[in-house]
Amino acid sequence: MPPDPVDHLLSVHGVSVRFGGLAALDDVRIDVPAGTVAGLIGPNGAGKTTLFNVVSGLLRPDSGRIEWKGRTLRRHRPHDLAGLGIARTFQGLNLFGGLPVLDNVMVGAERFARGGAVSMLTGLGAHGRDERLMRDRAMAVLEEFGIAGTARSLPGTLPFGLQKRVALARAVVAEPELLLLDEPAAGISADDIGALAELIGRLGERMGVLLVEHHVDLVMQVCERITVLDFGRVICAGPPEAVRADPGVAEAYLGTGEEAADDA
Amino acid sequence: MASPAPRPAADEVRPPAGPPAPVGTRARWSTVPLVVRHLVLAAGALAAVLLLIAATDTVNTMRIAAVGYSVLAIAGLQVLIGASGQVSLGHGAFMFIGAYTVALLVIRLPMLPLWVNLLITVAVSAAAGVVVGGATARLHGPYLAGATLALAVGLPSLAVRFPELLGGGNGLAFTTRGAPPALAATVSTAQWQAAAVWFTVLLALTVLATVSRGRLGRRMRAVRDDPLAAAAAGIPVGRTKVAAFVLSACCGGLAGACQGYLLGTATPSSFTLALSLSLLAALVFGGMGSLWGALWGGAALVYLEVWAEDAAHALSLGTSVTNNLPIVLFGLILIVVVLLRPDGVHGAVRDAAGAVRRAR
Repeated sequence: MPPDPVDHLLSVHGVSVRFGGLAALDDVRIDVPAGTVAGLIGPNGAGKTTLFNVVSGLLRPDSGRIEWKGRTLRRHRPHDLAGLGIARTFQGLNLFGGLPVLDNVMVGAERFARGGAVSMLTGLGAHGRDERLMRDRAMAVLEEFGIAGTARSLPGTLPFGLQKRVALARAVVAEPELLLLDEPAAGISADDIGALAELIGRLGERMGVLLVEHHVDLVMQVCERITVLDFGRVICAGPPEAVRADPGVAEAYLGTGEEAADDA
Repeated sequence: MASPAPRPAADEVRPPAGPPAPVGTRARWSTVPLVVRHLVLAAGALAAVLLLIAATDTVNTMRIAAVGYSVLAIAGLQVLIGASGQVSLGHGAFMFIGAYTVALLVIRLPMLPLWVNLLITVAVSAAAGVVVGGATARLHGPYLAGATLALAVGLPSLAVRFPELLGGGNGLAFTTRGAPPALAATVSTAQWQAAAVWFTVLLALTVLATVSRGRLGRRMRAVRDDPLAAAAAGIPVGRTKVAAFVLSACCGGLAGACQGYLLGTATPSSFTLALSLSLLAALVFGGMGSLWGALWGGAALVYLEVWAEDAAHALSLGTSVTNNLPIVLFGLILIVVVLLRPDGVHGAVRDAAGAVRRAR
């Protein structure tokens, strides 16, 4: 096994997942260096979400391993991610519909709270300080994202684009070292995608980002390195120009080369 | 969840909803720790209840005390169902546990004071809550309801199964102490007991309200609305659900203990499935979204029965009608409330309060 450069935040080594006879992931390798935006693309059913679930600890790989900052993650569970410094968004919004926007984002800041069960039951000790800390952090991110005015609204009353932003704010408020974005552009208007690209680029300066996306233009624009999955295998990995030029990618992902030219 | 709130436009300019600048007493009040604020409110409520029982007769004093423990049981259910989204059809079982714990403690260890008995009851109920909540944390919706239903049906029959210990179908009877000798001249036993019950209830409600409006309450609601996203934020989903269950079980146990203490008996027939379902119905009636709903629910549970009985006597109806009138009346009012206000009585009260505030 070749030694990894230490600056890799996340390394996925030869991960395979089989559902019955179907290989959802086959010997997949992906590295996310610190402070970069890495992209993961591929047609529907290529295994992108499966890979996301493996990294999140929802699925155990049949073989291969996940390394986080040089340490192999064994038996990690979804609720361990936040403590490790990994935050994620979801393909759906997965907002807490009964909680105001501010509280939604405050939940994302839970990892900064210090109080234990006693403080939560009695409201004494660290409770007041924790609440203030989480509220201040949440407000700061809402302001940064330009949605501070929605703090008291229920997410369901907001337009879809703003809800998407709340979901992103909830992940970013944790100040993760790695941010996993599952199709952030889905359902967003063409105008807003430019703003989203700028936002992701800005986040990439603060944290590592792994972006799973269908929207090829967005991925090409913001990612420094792109991995292409098809039928559970990595068919291409490299900088955007290399991926764009790869004939195998055009064929697998965009249909024939001619259609790809039309799309672009 | 459909909300009639107006949909704000994306570009609507609104003042940032941060912590307000500290001006005036209202703002200073909001900087006081949550638990202190709730304790002050509870002290005010206790004073009001004491005035009420000082001004009324023994029968009404006992009813007010009954409202107290009903409110506590329903409030526990509100945290479980409203905040954490787990439905329990068997909360009467925890009242059963509480009542029998107090009965056994008074009979077997008569030297213990009431507050120690109540603390032991809380511990026993919490243990029961951990067992039941831990076993049911993986169940959702109808499966969870079914499991808790089995508890409500099964547990009271323990009394019949172990007649030497639990007194069989007649249950356990015991005598509790009234006011201390120094106060006995001015305070009747019923008044003292009602005050003790409400003191206990308000203290427990303070804990519930603090939990509900604090971090743990937010965690419960997050787990209720989206367990996957809550887990991604680092919230342990299973443990949060069990915590809600234990909290709720403690309230049920404490409510049962208060009932046993008031009546001086613990009988299996007091903790039927009908009781569990009444608690749930009272919560829906009062409003599932807020702890205040428990107040209206508890009051309705006690006083609708009283009024229905009074009405039946006034109209000199037969016993079979008299016995069933409270249930019919409660059912009718519940249907009307759910049709008119799905958010219960408290939804209407909150809207009215908002209208008054805007009008000023």
